[in-house]
Amino acid sequence: MFPIIGNTFKYKRMARRDTPQINAGSMADIAFLLLIFFLVTTTMDVDTGITRLLPPIPEDEQDTEVDVKERNVLVVLINRDDQLMVGGEVMDLQSLKIKTTEFFSNPTNSKTLPEMEEVDVQFPPGLSSRFPDGLGTFLVSKGVVSLQNDRSTTYGKYLQVQDVLVSAVNGLRNQFCMDYFGRKYSDLNPMNFVDDEIIKGVKKVYKMNISEAEPKNIGGN
Amino acid sequence: MSIFKSKDNKGLPAINTSSLPDIVFMLLFFFMVTTVMKETSLQVQVQVPFATEVKKIEKKSLVSYIYIGKPMSQIVALYGTEPMLQLNDKLINDEGIPTVSIQDFVLSEREKLDESERNKMMVSLRIDKGISMGKVSDVKQALRYANALKINYSAKRDYDNVPN
Repeated sequence: MFPIIGNTFKYKRMARRDTPQINAGSMADIAFLLLIFFLVTTTMDVDTGITRLLPPIPEDEQDTEVDVKERNVLVVLINRDDQLMVGGEVMDLQSLKIKTTEFFSNPTNSKTLPEMEEVDVQFPPGLSSRFPDGLGTFLVSKGVVSLQNDRSTTYGKYLQVQDVLVSAVNGLRNQFCMDYFGRKYSDLNPMNFVDDEIIKGVKKVYKMNISEAEPKNIGGN
Repeated sequence: MSIFKSKDNKGLPAINTSSLPDIVFMLLFFFMVTTVMKETSLQVQVQVPFATEVKKIEKKSLVSYIYIGKPMSQIVALYGTEPMLQLNDKLINDEGIPTVSIQDFVLSEREKLDESERNKMMVSLRIDKGISMGKVSDVKQALRYANALKINYSAKRDYDNVPN
């Protein structure tokens, strides 16, 4: 009997004792250690770039070249020394932008710049006072920029030229959106349904017509 | 006077640091959530060009990467200094036009995607700005043959020459 009594007494005493507090002083150190690990391994860079769609390989072996009127084409050549020739003139990037903008918009209706055709474009109704029902008729350029480069052209220059061409078209789109909707094209949010409809419409008015020729040797031996 | 004196004697009260772990944990969770571990290690030197009209790539799961650049200094002894191709994490070691390896690469990458998303696959070209276009054209041509037509020329945003 005695030892049992003794045992129960022992257990009772143990149960009554409070659990000792866990020392949380080192918690901050542990957290700091983890924090620094994640700080070091984190790369916050977002992937940015210029998105393009390559033309598919033509299915039949024949040349599927489309005849385009000479006034509708702006030939941009980059030679092996990264020099630019635009429509027969040597140019720098700045003038290329001006030239491209002029080429795609043809503000003076010149005979040497691309033809314009009237196209009906549907925008969301009620956004612009000029076409309350959303349906507008616009002059759309038939122009195509033909970009050709040498095999020795550096990629950096090539992308700069691509960038300038895109920025020229985006400039025109911006202007268009400011005129009709009072907003910048670059501020439109493609996730928003109405904005997306505007973007689709603007893309029909100012098309990004950039054609790339098969690689050749331009001005280089 | 005595009031001022007693204040001097007290010294600065100790700063309560009991909320420090909470702050640190908050930061920790922020970084844990935003961190994406890099799965590829670069073996070629790539310095992408700057551009003003860049856009963010939204869905990274649909993107495969092709790097073109000179080999890193630690593998120069093995591969020399001629520009090389790296497909995701695989270094390509063949001479001339790498059409076959790119086609295989595109096929295997496409297999990994969900069937409904296969046509949305995008190839991001991370190319050093000093590379000659000949090499880039070969890759582009190979991509056309592999029917991977959606490409992205990787570039950093140029904050200095922002067009109005």
